[in-house]
Amino acid sequence: MTVTTIIFAVMAIFTLGGGLGVVASRNLFHAALYLVLSLFGIAGLFILLEAPFLAAVQVLVYVGAIAVLITITIMVTRRLMGPVESLNRQWPVAAVAAALVMATLGFVLVNQFSGISTAPDVPADGLTLLGAAFVDPAGFLLPFEVASVLLLAALIGAIVVARD
Amino acid sequence: MFTESIPFLQVVVPILPEIGLLILLLTVLLVDLFTRLVRKRTLGVVTGVGMIVIMLANLFVGFSLVNDASYAGTALGGMIRYDMLALMFRTMVLIAGALTAFISIDTPVVGKQGEYFGILTVATMGLSLMSAAADLMMVFLAVETASISLYILAGFLRDSKLSTEAGLKYYLFGAATAGLFLYGLSLLFGFTGETNIYNLAAPLGEMFAGDDTGAFAVAVALLLLLVGFGFKVAAVPFHFWTPDVYQGAPTSTTAFISTASKAASFALLVRVFDAVWPVEVAVYWTGLLAAMAVITMTLGNLLAIVQKNIKRMLAYSSIAQAGYTLIGVVALTETDLGTAAVAFYMFMYVLTNIAAFTVISVISNTTGTDEIADFAGLSRRSFPLTLAMILALLSLSGVPPLAGFFGKFFLFAAAVDAGYTWLAIIGVLNAIVALYYYLTVVKVMFVDPNEDTRPLVITPAFAAVLWISGVGILLMGVIAAPWWNWALNAAQSITAMAP
Repeated sequence: MTVTTIIFAVMAIFTLGGGLGVVASRNLFHAALYLVLSLFGIAGLFILLEAPFLAAVQVLVYVGAIAVLITITIMVTRRLMGPVESLNRQWPVAAVAAALVMATLGFVLVNQFSGISTAPDVPADGLTLLGAAFVDPAGFLLPFEVASVLLLAALIGAIVVARD
Repeated sequence: MFTESIPFLQVVVPILPEIGLLILLLTVLLVDLFTRLVRKRTLGVVTGVGMIVIMLANLFVGFSLVNDASYAGTALGGMIRYDMLALMFRTMVLIAGALTAFISIDTPVVGKQGEYFGILTVATMGLSLMSAAADLMMVFLAVETASISLYILAGFLRDSKLSTEAGLKYYLFGAATAGLFLYGLSLLFGFTGETNIYNLAAPLGEMFAGDDTGAFAVAVALLLLLVGFGFKVAAVPFHFWTPDVYQGAPTSTTAFISTASKAASFALLVRVFDAVWPVEVAVYWTGLLAAMAVITMTLGNLLAIVQKNIKRMLAYSSIAQAGYTLIGVVALTETDLGTAAVAFYMFMYVLTNIAAFTVISVISNTTGTDEIADFAGLSRRSFPLTLAMILALLSLSGVPPLAGFFGKFFLFAAAVDAGYTWLAIIGVLNAIVALYYYLTVVKVMFVDPNEDTRPLVITPAFAAVLWISGVGILLMGVIAAPWWNWALNAAQSITAMAP
């Protein structure tokens, strides 16, 4: 067992355990904290995949900004702080459906990707290439710009939904 | 890696509508900032006229350049594909967007809000991109740009419980299916290492022919894609959101969701499945889609019969219409007629449903509700509204010589041509069932008594929409050939040119 495997195991436990905590926790505030743990685990996985920039963005944007926003939103919203019932009567059906989906996807993943043990080579100047690709019309210029418009629309929408 | 530069025009021309819509978005937000409340009608006029100008400009540029070798095919690094199919569906989406903007002007609450028109513009942009997307990443971004804008538009009336419910329900269903859809896309990328949809068929075909686990994996990925598409076009069993969202959303939003969103989703469905489906998988696939088509149209039509609310009735009718259109998707692996029939059907459906929802808007502006009973005695209250509603309902049910008749005719002809005669027969039987509930509304308009004598006000904006859509329904029916030829061109364009 190499160090990488151990780190991977720890990060995977963070990610999955955190995810489980989010859905199982009866207190919304605890769920938000579990979400931070899960997102942090994903940042760790990015590091293992030799994508340190994505890991940094993951920590700054998701763990930093978004988690803080969620926490503040919960704190300033009345009636959300206390424990809430997170299950309704249909939970057994949902559990069976989720288990089926997981079994199917797990089968596919194990069969198709189990032979792969090494990450593909990452170019040394990956960050430069990433930056160039975002502004190159033959690269990812269009999706990059469309994402900005999408965020603008979401911003306007959030104001519409939230204002008094 | 990215050293060769692309000529400026080859970057701009393929995304001309999107550039236009972005400029329009900023214009609308500025106009909103600088107009006083009494003059807010300007917003809708600017949005609608802007979209029509963009549509005409795109048509003009498109028809002169779409067959030009230096523009046709995939553009912008393979993100989108510039072809006749994209041109035709973008035209539909922009028409639907423009007419929706005109309807919105006189729809209570939303008509005075710049944000509504701004988000409508972004939604149109997302749908326009969906009509042309050719890369898994672009596909997902386009779908989300459209979806997130539509969630907001559906829940726009914050004081109405039904509208809030519509927005939330649409969002929750959409988020769940988007997750599964994204999982399917990531599996496709994982299997092949490709994101361009035109490079996927060969490796997937190899995997499918290889061994059983490979075939299973491909089937799972494609089923996950089907969940996403099924939700977007409102096909059974992913239709549960439709009636509640159609009923609760502002009527102008409902008109837009039922037309533009459905048309663009079918454009994407046709393009993705035509490109991604390896020949080996197509056999199983068409069987599944055929079953889905039968269940969708039958369930939609049967549930539509018992509805009392006109918007809910049209929601179930729209589910049934998605079922008819799926017949064309089933046929497309065998014949180009399938794709062409889908394109023609969606074009006529955009015009027809917009007309129906415009009449509903006029009536509910006076009555404040959307019950079928509100239509009682309409023939004695307003001749133009009755005429427009009859045109829309008869076109939806497929009565000649209206556009809907040729829409269904081409779909069923494509099915017969592809060897699915039984599917065409089920379609015809369903059309007869549907005739019953469409004609029930006509009966209510002519026969049922009504004491209500409040005037029904057809404002200039409503009149413009009724004229455009009404004339369109008649034109596409009486002179169907040019539209059908256009659709055939579009169908051939998705396979004709090398990607």
